[in-house]
Amino acid sequence: MIGSGPADSGSIPPVAIGRRSRILPAPEDRRGIVIAIVSTVVVFSVLGYAIVSSAGWPRVQQSFFDPETFDESLPRVTAAFWVNVQLFLLAEVLVLVLGLVLAVLRSLPGAALAPIRLLATAYVDLFRALPGILVVSMLGFGIPALDIEGVPNDEFFWALVALTLLYSAYVSEVYRAGIDSIHPSQAAAARSLGLSQLQAMRFVVLPQAVRRVVPPLLNDFIGLQKDTALVSVLGVVEVFRAAQIRQAATFNNTPYVITAVIFILLTIPMARLVDWLVRREQRRASAVAR
Amino acid sequence: MTMALGRALRIEGLHKSFGRLEVLRGIDLDVAEHEVVCLIGASGSGKSTLLRCINLLEPIDAGRIEVAGRDITARGVAVDRVRRGIGIVFQSFNLFPHLRVLDNITLAPRKVLGTPRAEAEDAGRSLLRRFGLEEKSLDYPDRLSGGQQQRVAIVRALAMQPDLLLLDEITSALDPELVAEVLDVVRELASGGMTMIIATHEMGFARDVADRVCFLDGGRILEQGPPAPLLTEPSEARTRQFLQRVIAAGRL
Repeated sequence: MIGSGPADSGSIPPVAIGRRSRILPAPEDRRGIVIAIVSTVVVFSVLGYAIVSSAGWPRVQQSFFDPETFDESLPRVTAAFWVNVQLFLLAEVLVLVLGLVLAVLRSLPGAALAPIRLLATAYVDLFRALPGILVVSMLGFGIPALDIEGVPNDEFFWALVALTLLYSAYVSEVYRAGIDSIHPSQAAAARSLGLSQLQAMRFVVLPQAVRRVVPPLLNDFIGLQKDTALVSVLGVVEVFRAAQIRQAATFNNTPYVITAVIFILLTIPMARLVDWLVRREQRRASAVAR
Repeated sequence: MTMALGRALRIEGLHKSFGRLEVLRGIDLDVAEHEVVCLIGASGSGKSTLLRCINLLEPIDAGRIEVAGRDITARGVAVDRVRRGIGIVFQSFNLFPHLRVLDNITLAPRKVLGTPRAEAEDAGRSLLRRFGLEEKSLDYPDRLSGGQQQRVAIVRALAMQPDLLLLDEITSALDPELVAEVLDVVRELASGGMTMIIATHEMGFARDVADRVCFLDGGRILEQGPPAPLLTEPSEARTRQFLQRVIAAGRL
């Protein structure tokens, strides 16, 4: 909500231009920028002052922003983050593959393949319906408890499986939207040349579809990266669990702030990358429309 | 069988409906090898649907289609194999936008026929050269004019060396000044002996290039014959009416 202040003042100039553009066209832009800066500074100063001058601020500062705890906890918390990194990198690769397989299965035509479509649909419905923390808990505690010979009982392994199952359901929907967005005439052209159903999918439809869905795909990956914190329920010492341990040891919440900052530093570059890709796709689309 | 030798295509009693709309209502059509047949008729008369049925892009409801003496509408026919021998070019080009011109052309020979890349590209380049498109081979389709795109689409169909080529109103989406370059390509193919069935609104072109013109009306072939008499003195009232409208629109 704070961010909308400057954005709104940025949209004022077009009205003003209609009134004064003949005399001073360029300064109108400058005026918008100045208004944006001033309003931002004012809003944040007021907010900052309100927080810092509140009665409880010294306690909050000591509890959440303690330099000593920060220095002590930073190495361990960031080291634990490596577990999250491994988890989401592996999961992302698996999700890309499994999501694609699910999407292709759901896009196959033909009456004989109805059971396959049904199974794929049921899978997607199921794992989109279940809360992530539930899937992580059930797999992570349930399957090792079965004590089946040869089945790993490593928490990291089941955490990886749970995140892969959850996010491949979402990602398959993204892929499917991409596949549906490719006009049927493309598949018809491919089939008319003698390509099989799967060849048409592989060489004509998918390459175009995937290019279109890269931004929403990365968006789901941002969600996946954050949800690696869910596996803390299994006792995997990843970043959030490490922060909890430090918090319990120090009775200070600064480790949580460290964790928050780590996730923010990870996510913001991704978010900007997504924005950039979306803009590039729009530019391309308008260039083709020309 | 001796009869079938010179015949590229035989259609008998072809019916096709979309839901309750009956688009083709009993089409019978024989096409000889090296023959050029033009299908004319108003929009919705079934020209495009007929072509799509011949290429098995639409399942048919009744009747049969024989290509080179073989029933392609029988059960258990390998659809992909049939399509290799029948090229189709669409009104909207349908080039693959993510592939360069040369890759558009070589995709099917490489993936369907298993032609090695170098060989397929040589063949593709020589086809492009033949139609004056050689310098476009590394461009993406969106860099080309409509006329160039449609010529590439024709080359793409030719790369599979089809025995029969179906052209579905291939100039209808083009600016008028780009129509000629595409029709010239078709003329060259006709003089080279390519068997073609051409759905078109270009009556002048049909008169020039066709061995036979078929007038479709309401999902039937109402009248057919050599272009000159049919286009100037049609025997059916509906054909006359259609041609008068075309003349009024300045397309003959």
